[in-house]
Amino acid sequence: MDNSLLASFGSIFTWAAPVVFAVMGETLTEKSGVINLSLNGSMILSAMAGFAVATTTGSFFWGFLAGAAVGALVAFIIAFMSIGLKQSQVAVGYVLTLATKSLAYFLGAPFVGKPVMQLSLVKIPFLDQLPILGPVIFNKDIVTYLSYLLVIVCYIWVFKTSKGLILQGIGEQPAAAFVRGANVNRLRYIYTIIGGALVGIGGAQYSLSVKTWNGQLTGIDGIGWIALAITIFGSWHPVRGALGSYFFVLLQWLGITLQPLMPNVNSRIFQVAPFPLMILALLFVNIGSADWVERTLAGLPEGGRKFVSRLIRGMRTHSPAALGTPFDNE
Amino acid sequence: MDVELINIHKRFGKVHANNGISLTVKSGTVQGILGENGAGKSTLMKILSGFIQADSGDILLDGKKVTIHSPADSVKLGIGMLHQDPQDFPPMKVVDNLIIGSPMGLFPDRKKIIREFEELQKQFNFSISPETYVDTLTVGERQQLEILRLLWLGAEVLILDEPTTGISASQKDLLFATIRKLAAQGKAILFVSHKLDEVEALCSQVVVFRQGINMGSMTPPYQTDKLVEMMFGKSIVRSENVCEKQEDKSFEIEELRIDDVRLAIRDVNFCIQKGEVIGLAGMEGSGQALILRALAGILRPTGGHIYMIEGADGGRIDLAGKHYFTYRDHGIHFLPAARLEEGLIQGLSLAEHFALAEEQTGFMVDRDQVENLSKKRITDFNIHGTPESRIEELSGGNQQRAELALMRDPLRLLLLEHPTRGLDIESAMYIWGKLKQRCEDGASIVFISSDLDEVIHYSDRILVFYGGKVSPAFEASSVTIDMLGQLIGGKGWS
Repeated sequence: MDNSLLASFGSIFTWAAPVVFAVMGETLTEKSGVINLSLNGSMILSAMAGFAVATTTGSFFWGFLAGAAVGALVAFIIAFMSIGLKQSQVAVGYVLTLATKSLAYFLGAPFVGKPVMQLSLVKIPFLDQLPILGPVIFNKDIVTYLSYLLVIVCYIWVFKTSKGLILQGIGEQPAAAFVRGANVNRLRYIYTIIGGALVGIGGAQYSLSVKTWNGQLTGIDGIGWIALAITIFGSWHPVRGALGSYFFVLLQWLGITLQPLMPNVNSRIFQVAPFPLMILALLFVNIGSADWVERTLAGLPEGGRKFVSRLIRGMRTHSPAALGTPFDNE
Repeated sequence: MDVELINIHKRFGKVHANNGISLTVKSGTVQGILGENGAGKSTLMKILSGFIQADSGDILLDGKKVTIHSPADSVKLGIGMLHQDPQDFPPMKVVDNLIIGSPMGLFPDRKKIIREFEELQKQFNFSISPETYVDTLTVGERQQLEILRLLWLGAEVLILDEPTTGISASQKDLLFATIRKLAAQGKAILFVSHKLDEVEALCSQVVVFRQGINMGSMTPPYQTDKLVEMMFGKSIVRSENVCEKQEDKSFEIEELRIDDVRLAIRDVNFCIQKGEVIGLAGMEGSGQALILRALAGILRPTGGHIYMIEGADGGRIDLAGKHYFTYRDHGIHFLPAARLEEGLIQGLSLAEHFALAEEQTGFMVDRDQVENLSKKRITDFNIHGTPESRIEELSGGNQQRAELALMRDPLRLLLLEHPTRGLDIESAMYIWGKLKQRCEDGASIVFISSDLDEVIHYSDRILVFYGGKVSPAFEASSVTIDMLGQLIGGKGWS
């Protein structure tokens, strides 16, 4: 592979960073038992806010902070409505999706066409000299590096620390966690807001590194929904979620790379194809979680059954048992 | 640690769940707390463990007044409660279950925890692997884990809320041995139950609650009839044998095979006679629940036949592999253990349940007809509720009666999973009375229960399950609890 193709391939890690941020944020939120369904809208709004603040102040720092604040604010509204007022998380989240999206296009109109601000690339000494991996992974902007780090931190936090175990506990059996002294609702507030802030950083990353703010043509619409799907099909596991994000962006990259090679095929197909392909892939990975698969498998002949069922069981997912249900200690 | 509860009051809406209850438990004793469902036992225990707060009243530990606002407070004071439903995290590892809620640093030292856990469980002859997932443990093992966890956290007062529900006979023996050992170590134990024999066997003192009031206490030797009178205000005698046997067969099960993730069941053969009650005994997860679901047509067997005998000439239909609706149309009815999850629909009223269960005639629901039907069924089955009562508002016993009232005629085979679990003696006897009527009409019953008394008392024949193996059918009259207990525990199999 020549260097330009490598660099182009490497761009998927930059493109994937917003998805990774959103998936990690949503994973933390949902692990605690709350669904933040507003991802698509809050990403668009934080992309707008991040770009607007960055171009106005000239500072990337304030831009990303604004994105995080917007994401956290939307998440706070969801937390307050669902934990405080015990309203349906799905209904509140969906309405917020629509509202934040429209708000972003309305408030963001004056910023369309403003000079583009793009995070500069930072080469990591020595590592960027590695063959293949160097240009692909270690020649990125700082927020992309942070997205790698975030996956590792999330994984360690959720599975290796005592606080992470409590996080799993409040999403799994809130009553049991409460019996053991966890303040379930306060923790749910905290994780929902932190998760929302991460989603917001993902949005800002999109308009300040991947592309720029361009109103309805920004191209970020739809990413939030995919991030929600990846969170679920990644079985609420940070590493699986990250792999899912990279796979999705890989499909998008393939579409763009293959398009010039196949001039006869309608170009829209290349734009749209990653979405259904992603859903199919996710379905395949998770098919073992359905009861009917178990039953069908039981009917297969002895030899093949063991192999197939072990394969499928390895990929099986488990959702936080109390996801989407409010907790009340009576 | 000595525990003293003084004049505790707690109201839920109109219900006065604890009406001025006082109770003293000395360190080193096992205090039995008896009472039927809704007597206020669980409420008082939840108050002591900080799960809910009393409206008024004092709690004294070793003579000192304490305030308990949350479970975290009670854990810190050395009070541990074993809840009726295991309060643990099924998809997580045993060791992670220990860490949650323990005062650990950010990065817990798993090796040290595992070492302490192993030392602790050696004391009590438990054998739980700290690296397994909790959902692979039996109910009894999850309970052992919870006891160990509470002790590990330094509990000096242990509350056990109906701990023998759903565990096997050998696990129960182990539990009792553990409780005695803990009392000998100087812990104060509060043992909540509605099973008289257990309380009598274990406790050094017993109090009886009725309708939120402490009715009085008793020390050994216990007078059972007096305790029953204190619990119910009247004496109850268990009714004698259930079904009149008829010699004709109703079902023949031949070489039935079931494959499940954890269990393979091979070559099950037995027949079911009309009007007969067959009890399935065994530790939970030994295969009896799978067989029951296969008989109900919910689980597809991987081989074998379920023949239904039609008419006197012995003609038979094989139901194996047919759709659930076929089973239902042939009068096979299944009542699962999880009443609210699998059997009834939360949010719907009693009347709506009856409307759903009946054959649909028109497009619209005939409200008057349903209303009349509901009223009749409610009286027939002695359900405490109105046609408008939502199903989750009813007590467990009333839900169970409602389920029985929902069954359509003609009924040929009734499959029951823990039909009286969590019910008080009176409700349980009522349920069995209704079931007996069904048997007299020619229906057969196959049921699972972890209560061996119930299995022996109400069955005509008994099948014992152990790790997917099925025993030949025993005549219930020839079996003793000891024999069953041994078979269930895996002894005496060839």
